[in-house]
Amino acid sequence: MNKQERMPIYEALERYKKMRIVPFDVPGHKQGQGNKELTNFLGENCLSVDVNSMKPLDNLCHPVSVIKEAESLAAEAFGAKHAFFMVGGTTSAVQAMVMTACKRGDKIIMPRNVHRSAINALVVCGAVPIYVNPGVNKELGIPLGMSYEDVKTAILQNPDAKAVLVNNPTYYGICSPLKAITELAHQHGMLVLVDEAHGTHFYFNDKLPASAMSVGADMAAVSMHKTGGSLTQSSFLLINNEVREGYVRQIINLTQTTSGSYLLMSSLDISRKNLAICGQEIFDRVIELASYARDEINKIGGFNAFGKELINGDTVYDFDVTKLSIHTREMGLAGIEVYDMLRDDYGIQIEFGDIGNVLAIISVGDKELNIERLISALSEIKRLHTKDKSGMFDHEYIDPIVAMTPQEAFYASKVSMPIGESEGQICSEFVMCYPPGIPILAPGEGITADILNYIVYAKEKGCFLTGTEDINIEYINVVAQNS
Amino acid sequence: MELWFTEEHSENVKFSIKVDEHLYSEQSKYQRIDIMKSYEFGNFLTLDGCMMVTERDEFIYHDMMVHVPMAVNPAIKKVLVIGGGDGGTVRELTRYKSIEYIDLVEIDEKVVVACKMHLQQTACKLDDPRVHIYFEDGLRFVRGKENEYDLILVDSTDPFGPGEGLFTKEFYGNCYKALNEKGILINQHESPYYQMHKNSLEMAYEKMVGIFPIMKFYGANIPTYSSGQWLFGFVSKKFHPVKDLQEEAWKAFGLKTKYYNTIIHRGSFALPNYILDLLS
Repeated sequence: MNKQERMPIYEALERYKKMRIVPFDVPGHKQGQGNKELTNFLGENCLSVDVNSMKPLDNLCHPVSVIKEAESLAAEAFGAKHAFFMVGGTTSAVQAMVMTACKRGDKIIMPRNVHRSAINALVVCGAVPIYVNPGVNKELGIPLGMSYEDVKTAILQNPDAKAVLVNNPTYYGICSPLKAITELAHQHGMLVLVDEAHGTHFYFNDKLPASAMSVGADMAAVSMHKTGGSLTQSSFLLINNEVREGYVRQIINLTQTTSGSYLLMSSLDISRKNLAICGQEIFDRVIELASYARDEINKIGGFNAFGKELINGDTVYDFDVTKLSIHTREMGLAGIEVYDMLRDDYGIQIEFGDIGNVLAIISVGDKELNIERLISALSEIKRLHTKDKSGMFDHEYIDPIVAMTPQEAFYASKVSMPIGESEGQICSEFVMCYPPGIPILAPGEGITADILNYIVYAKEKGCFLTGTEDINIEYINVVAQNS
Repeated sequence: MELWFTEEHSENVKFSIKVDEHLYSEQSKYQRIDIMKSYEFGNFLTLDGCMMVTERDEFIYHDMMVHVPMAVNPAIKKVLVIGGGDGGTVRELTRYKSIEYIDLVEIDEKVVVACKMHLQQTACKLDDPRVHIYFEDGLRFVRGKENEYDLILVDSTDPFGPGEGLFTKEFYGNCYKALNEKGILINQHESPYYQMHKNSLEMAYEKMVGIFPIMKFYGANIPTYSSGQWLFGFVSKKFHPVKDLQEEAWKAFGLKTKYYNTIIHRGSFALPNYILDLLS
């Protein structure tokens, strides 16, 4: 039997069920007995394995038996030295990477279009970001990957930096020259951390861009739940090379729950097995579906479902074809408007819409008929809603002015003021559209007229803004002048 | 030995037909296809266990699907049939010599194969030279068409399964585009009697409303369909199904029909109050 057929956590839970243990431990619902309504809703099977750590089921904080085995099978499947089961989302995996590499005051090189989780980690640990501007595709209004030369400049200017963080692929499917960046960083003694939240599938199909582990990166955060089929919030943290398993575990345990959910862990175990055994076939089909959809959407006219033609050997080193990103501005429609129409008028929920694009995720669970519905709905939106495109905003990336480190700014004494009047101040919190969750402003950054215009426009078009202490996003916390 | 086919008309109601012989059974890429021979209804076709066509009562459904629009616009020449792999709708259409072109888009080739073997009564005209058969998703086919058809007949299964895409707003919108300015679309709307189907009628209604200027429903009694009370939708860009009825022109076709006549035509648009309430 192929070792990857094994599912140690799942098997242990099956054995546990057969033992008919009398539970005098937590959780208090006692295998669902104490909460009939919840059991009816989620199912008896589900509640019966929502259990606590115990000897036969191992312990996520200190794995010695079945979790340990499951982690080593996952490591093998991903080609890593070790794989950690994460139950706090890929956010926790990204934070564990940053906190493993950096302590307070250490520099870390990263693109500015990172997910909020990476900058959050800087607030927590006090590391200093050295931002590399991602390239921008002016026409599409999307941030790209980091260029090799820009990373090189940043490394040469900051030889004391501890790590380089790469976003690979971006939400839109764009990959950086990961292998070259990894080799360069290693020559300068820096760790390479990869936010691979949108790249789980890279490990299981040979037609997709290179994965972090395959090019020798040191750590990677992999969102198994995004495209790999496990339950929401479950994720893997992979390590490689000289990164020490024991130390990373300590870092994870600083913030991760001590009551790791067996629902999440078993879903990781089962999904890993599924991808290890059938991944090539599954993602061949996903690629086929996405390519078909891309071609058909481009035939409608007006929409631009972009793909590999963007590849330029540098800021777009490769493209993940399973991301169905569609540029909508030529139709006179903001991405967020198309996103809302698809849901409200056609009952189709896609991943996100921003100012100029929408993104549909095609994954292990999609079927042809649903792809046809998406294409047909887009063709209807074109027929019914095409508008004049003048007056549409045409850029997405705004160069940040970093005045203070995120941690200093977040903990500085601050004042709250109306957003509209905050030009020239230093921001002490985040402002972002969610999804995609890439900060428009991060703590420590200068507030400019450009940024304020962008926020007003995004709000007007119906983007879901988050991040500020004020839930209505009308007031913003800025660093007090005297601090 | 007793062999019975049973279909659930609701969670608490079953409808059974005594079967003489199970003639055909296959799991296609899309659905389970069965044809059985019965004492009371002749041969009949089921998809995923749902009754589609029986030899004894198919005339009601196919008469009402085809002759209603033909009597409103007797000049119809180009027709698109979506679904309808059993061939019954096509058979009725081919009786009009004035129809020049019929596209049949059936997602599942196996349905046609099965019906040609065991349901010749409906499949008999699928080889007519005016008929062009495409085995693909109707939603996909119609997307590429613009201003092409006088009539679209949506002869689909229910909205749970491969027919799901044919009960969506994007599909009706694409059909609007595929029809010319005199275009008519007929679709089947299930039975409005039991709760489950009542909900799907309400949902279909919400999705169609506002796309075509004229939208009416009509009914017929079909013994083997859930509750016997069956609804069809008549939507069009120009014609009112009753005010624009061309009785004399239709009678001039000289067709002998077993269910349809022009008085039934008018009457079928009169609906019981419980259905009117659902649609208000």
